[in-house]
Amino acid sequence: MRTSYKNVTGLGAAHKGVGHFIKQRVTALALLVLIPLFLFQFLSSFTSGYNGVMAWLGSPFGAAVTFLVISAMVVHMRLGVQTAIEDYFGGTVRTIALLLNGLFALALWLIAVYALIKINFGG
Amino acid sequence: MVQLTLPKNSTIQKGKHWPAPQGADPKNVRQFRVYRYDPDSGENPRWDTYDLDTSQFGPMALHAIIYIKDNVDSTLTFRRSCREGVCGSCAMNIDGRNTIACTKPLDEIKSKVISISPLPHQAVIKDLVPDLNNFYAQHAAMQPYLKTTTAAPDKEWKQSIEDREKLDGLYECILCASCSTACPSYWWNGDKYLGPAALLQAYRWLIDSRDEATGERLDALEDPFRLYRCHTIMNCTQVCPKGLNPAKAIGEIKQMLVERAV
Repeated sequence: MRTSYKNVTGLGAAHKGVGHFIKQRVTALALLVLIPLFLFQFLSSFTSGYNGVMAWLGSPFGAAVTFLVISAMVVHMRLGVQTAIEDYFGGTVRTIALLLNGLFALALWLIAVYALIKINFGG
Repeated sequence: MVQLTLPKNSTIQKGKHWPAPQGADPKNVRQFRVYRYDPDSGENPRWDTYDLDTSQFGPMALHAIIYIKDNVDSTLTFRRSCREGVCGSCAMNIDGRNTIACTKPLDEIKSKVISISPLPHQAVIKDLVPDLNNFYAQHAAMQPYLKTTTAAPDKEWKQSIEDREKLDGLYECILCASCSTACPSYWWNGDKYLGPAALLQAYRWLIDSRDEATGERLDALEDPFRLYRCHTIMNCTQVCPKGLNPAKAIGEIKQMLVERAV
């Protein structure tokens, strides 16, 4: 028989969480500035068609904004989905879902960054 | 873990109906739908309905329940003690919202049928009595007492009037569990998430100018589940029968942790 106190205290505190809290807010603030900037510039480049879009993504400023927006968004997405998983799932499903969430975010970031590098340095 | 449907043995069935006493003025008769569960019977819980003559008892929900037990159905089980909002014993879900029955006026309830059930998502011991062992253990785990390293003074630990005022809105908590059991995060992860009541108490000691264990207390809270399951939906603040604001206290704890880290 375990006492209620034993159940509640369990393995103790994980001593983490504040990093997640700060990162989620910092990326949210960054996206507040980056998304309008990215959308405005990106959509403006549409007027010159495919070449216009490639030219903007290939410019130092365009590439930097795109890289930052992708990075902040992927981190923010991973943290947000992690919260939802922790809220709604338990046990092994939670562990597997958290792993998949991390892998999906990493894969998304790598694909986007690879595309950006290819546009800028692919010749 | 989230659980959106009741297990088979918890599905609520239709129960008995107790008609209004003969000669009662229909204007004064109101229907009460009360959750009934007897673990010894092996049967599922049920809704019993009682048509009561409200002129026969006082103005609060607790008066109605006591009237049922004394005059209609003595098998109804519930907790109650002070009947004036101090002990927190009679916390239950009345008309869809957690509160304490003794300070809930019936004329505030506009619904035709007044539903009364135990605090949500807790194991039910009998009828309106939930098992709050986990909830009380969470409070105990907050070590709700003064912790100091400095040798105790001869007379007393002094506190300025301003520092004492910081405890207002925190020390008044009566641990009725209305807030914690109104919180979805507490429903889904109540084994690990401390819930608004315990966290309000934790903050009460974190902010106490005399307490010297602030860092140690913050260490015990910094955890994705213990503290950070709170997403500030503020159900806790909305239902608190004492008008306290646990959501704000939790926000202050998160702020303290950020200050410590940055």
